[in-house]
Amino acid sequence: MFRLDGKVALVTGASGGIGREIVRALHAQGATVVLSGTRQAVLEEVAASIGAEGGAERLHVCPADLSDATAADALVAAAEEKAGAPLAILVNNAGLTRDTLAIRMKDEDWSRVLDVDLAAPFRLCRSALKGMLRRRAGRIINIASVVGVTGNAGQANYAAAKAGMIGMGKSLAQEAGSRGVTVNTLAPGFIQTAMTDVLPEAQKEKLVGSIPLGRMGQPGDIAPAVVYLASDEAGWVTGATLHVNGGMAMI
Amino acid sequence: MSEIADKVKKIVVEHLGVDESKVTPDASFIDDLGADSLDTVELVMAFEEAFSVEIPEDAAEKITTVKDAIDYIEKQKAA
Repeated sequence: MFRLDGKVALVTGASGGIGREIVRALHAQGATVVLSGTRQAVLEEVAASIGAEGGAERLHVCPADLSDATAADALVAAAEEKAGAPLAILVNNAGLTRDTLAIRMKDEDWSRVLDVDLAAPFRLCRSALKGMLRRRAGRIINIASVVGVTGNAGQANYAAAKAGMIGMGKSLAQEAGSRGVTVNTLAPGFIQTAMTDVLPEAQKEKLVGSIPLGRMGQPGDIAPAVVYLASDEAGWVTGATLHVNGGMAMI
Repeated sequence: MSEIADKVKKIVVEHLGVDESKVTPDASFIDDLGADSLDTVELVMAFEEAFSVEIPEDAAEKITTVKDAIDYIEKQKAA
């Protein structure tokens, strides 16, 4: 079950904590994976470390700065070129935060987060869908966040982008359904990564206290859910938001 | 039949998988050729690519038959 042999996947934000585990998991299921991110050297390191266990020829690196609209528009074609086959799976995982209370939030903090976390995923979905609709097959998995549903003080921009991603995914799912293309959202809770390492210790303790499963998530808690949504077996799941958050928010 | 008409017909046949004989000038993509709304958008995009023309949204909405498409593209090409 859940094999992805012969399928090409593009994962953005592949050098981040969650991203690299997603790459590892898709690759382990047999997929050819194109890693995208802004830092070429780090992407190559990730690819080399995963490839060292075998299947290095199924890993490709394709850097892109997603805050640049032209680069985002060109990424799917570039990834297909690298992989030498059309894209079957798109994982929009790249994201950044610019946390601050709204009254101190600058326009730049707002627009940068919205650009990278929402507009870029839309651009990638748009270019991936063109081919997927024609081929009558495809899986799009957008990595949102629990805060897109619950909100979070200090993250008006990030929560807005992630909530937007959920609404966008549902719309795309309706547009693409008749062609057998699924679009789903995965909403991680608080995962131990560089993004959450910056939170103050006291806030982290408080967060863990609100998680029934009693711990922060690990990147490896998210990746298997991506594999499921990417698989043929998930062919009747679309427009869904899969929450993987240790029970912190049961929605 | 003009070269443009031939090419339009060919794209419609390929994209919708319908018999060539059904692709008459008056054939409506949705009512006669079994297209859905996504097909019509994809057809317009295929025309844009094949003929290197840009078909804006409001014009695309009015292209509902094979003849509509041929007329529009011929007009663009003549301009």
